[in-house]
Amino acid sequence: MMKFLKLESSEKIISTFISILAGMLFGLIIMLIVNPSMAFGGFSAILLAGVSDGMYGFGEVLFNAAPLILTGLAIAFAFKTGLFNIGASGQLMIGAFMAVWIGVTWTWVPAPIHWIVAILGGIFGGMVWVLIPALLKAYRNVHEVVSTIMMNYIAMYASKMLIEATIYDSVRQESNSVLNGARIPTFFLDRIFDNPRLNGGILIAILTGAIIYIVLEKTTFGFQLKAVGFNRDAAKYAGINDKKNIVYSLLISGGIAGLAGAVIYLVPGTGMRLETTYVINGYGFQGIAVALLGMSNPIGTIFSGLFLGYIEASNQELQSWDFKREIIDIITASIIYFSAFTLYFQKYARKIISKIGKKDGETNA
Amino acid sequence: MVKPMRNYLTRKNVTIGIFAILYVLIALWNNSSFYDLLRWTLFSTIPLAMVAMAGLYSERSGVVNIALEGIMMFGAFVGILSLNNLQGSGMDGQFVLFLVVIIGGIAGLLFSLLHSYASITMKSNQVISGTALNLLALALAIFVGRALSTSGTEEITFTDRFRIDGIPLLKDIPVLGDILFTKFYLISLLGLVIFGIAAIVAYKTRFGLRLRACGENPHAADAAGINVYKTRYFAVSISGLLAGMGGVILIIPSSTSFKASVYGYGFLALAVLISGQWKPARVLVFSFLFGFLMNLSNGISMVQNAFNNLRANEGFMQSFYEGMYAFFRHLPRDIISMLPFLVTLLLLGLTSKNSQGPKAAGEPYDQGKR
Repeated sequence: MMKFLKLESSEKIISTFISILAGMLFGLIIMLIVNPSMAFGGFSAILLAGVSDGMYGFGEVLFNAAPLILTGLAIAFAFKTGLFNIGASGQLMIGAFMAVWIGVTWTWVPAPIHWIVAILGGIFGGMVWVLIPALLKAYRNVHEVVSTIMMNYIAMYASKMLIEATIYDSVRQESNSVLNGARIPTFFLDRIFDNPRLNGGILIAILTGAIIYIVLEKTTFGFQLKAVGFNRDAAKYAGINDKKNIVYSLLISGGIAGLAGAVIYLVPGTGMRLETTYVINGYGFQGIAVALLGMSNPIGTIFSGLFLGYIEASNQELQSWDFKREIIDIITASIIYFSAFTLYFQKYARKIISKIGKKDGETNA
Repeated sequence: MVKPMRNYLTRKNVTIGIFAILYVLIALWNNSSFYDLLRWTLFSTIPLAMVAMAGLYSERSGVVNIALEGIMMFGAFVGILSLNNLQGSGMDGQFVLFLVVIIGGIAGLLFSLLHSYASITMKSNQVISGTALNLLALALAIFVGRALSTSGTEEITFTDRFRIDGIPLLKDIPVLGDILFTKFYLISLLGLVIFGIAAIVAYKTRFGLRLRACGENPHAADAAGINVYKTRYFAVSISGLLAGMGGVILIIPSSTSFKASVYGYGFLALAVLISGQWKPARVLVFSFLFGFLMNLSNGISMVQNAFNNLRANEGFMQSFYEGMYAFFRHLPRDIISMLPFLVTLLLLGLTSKNSQGPKAAGEPYDQGKR
């Protein structure tokens, strides 16, 4: 018991749980102010929606979690290498466009591998969109927060123009639907969870998380990326090419964001279509929440993505309690706000742990 | 002895020269649709400059304030909401307007306290706190807006009865009178005055000097007897006040409703601040540039008209005007909308290498590390 508690990561996990609780409480207070009679019903809907529908509900959680995990991974990877990729939304939008464009127009690709090609297209799109901020960061010292925010707005207009110029369904005012072969296969998940929407996206997300974990923790390449993020000058002194590594880590981050875009839109059934509105996709910002909650750790990010996917699954239930879905966003935002207090909470957690330690007696020490 | 030419090419003279040339150009294009465009430009320049000034206060004191967008959003939300409620009360129109700007400012100040608390007292990561507050302000504006409205949308409407047709003597000043004192809003002028006062306070007073010291070297400032925590709290609060007022001053002239959006102006203000190298005069110039670009998409028909009128004039510029008219008529609207952001990237790429930002911005001050 003491061994587990002494780990620094357990302190972090405890402080994350404290921030989740604080955020939830804040959400409950807002709900009580806005609509006191329905507040507790709505709140229990948020807490229980994921489990109240049995396997179907759990499938819904997994379905929601896949893009959240991927955008979370994109941002967590950048965080680990000392960069803040706030432009995941833009990369995701361009990645989604590339994936859908390949899914609609590349009819010559044989069906069984069409979805793989479309996904690779999505990754490529995300990489292209982060290339300019990456080069500006590495060679011109432009802060990536500002440049990627600018790229978000450019992506908003660019994706609308690109869709309207290539794959536009003018009747529905949306993009055309992708071919069946370009949709990510379900790998029998739909039958296991009895949920026709559930596809292989969640498997891709978990696989990506595992790969990133291995790259960051077990390879020299990952070590170099982290070293540059930790102290650019020291890494340079140690003979690491800092500029190249900054470009690499942003390219990987953007590629994962583009992959998220592909996973969102290459779904089975009638499927999602790309909309042509002047709105920046919100997944990139939710991804920040996922990454922060997962403490920028790839494995932690998978769990925090599942957690937010779980809350997100209460969407329908909330409507019946007369609450709009934005209450979920309020809770998410306040969880991130409280997660910024990690340092303080960690100190608090350390105190609790040391108290437990004293009760355990000196024998364990 | 004759001084060489480059001695006259000081930054001050060049700036004066550029403004003089601009003034002459505008006077030559004495044309009502061009004035309309410039007036619209000012409607976005002034809030943009105010919010960039808000960022200047915060960052000069050592607190990175990426939450500007959220603070603006919250200020505009509370301000327009109270305007919506006050308008039926029979109070004098212009008085309500000033009241609403102040309410928006106070709302922004209160919201910014969340950022100060996280980044100064709790010493947490300022970018994370800022991002959280941006998300929170957006979600609150939509959620509360929808809960309060009868139609179930987040839109909060108001009737615009605040425009002033012209001030008798001032509007007759050539060019400036047409742009500043005709068909204008008092709060825009108020914003300009506040910007000026804020700039003077930051750069010409003892408080301003102390504030900037906290952003450059907080440990030295502390050693000199300045309370770094208090100064930073003060600076971020002023930042919240300015950004909140900026939100209201942006929405009222440019629209008749608030739809849980300040059009990304908070982020743009950050870019203005960085391109303007954290200096008030340059911030104002860049705000004008961005305000102009932001309105090109709205004002593109005005520009078209301007060139359409101009090409009727015979002269050596005629083919140029013809070309410009044809160019603007065929330019896709979305490309024009992208321009401010593309120009920002370009400017940042050109100016960032020798960036002169506050040295301690982004680092929580820990007295124990002294």
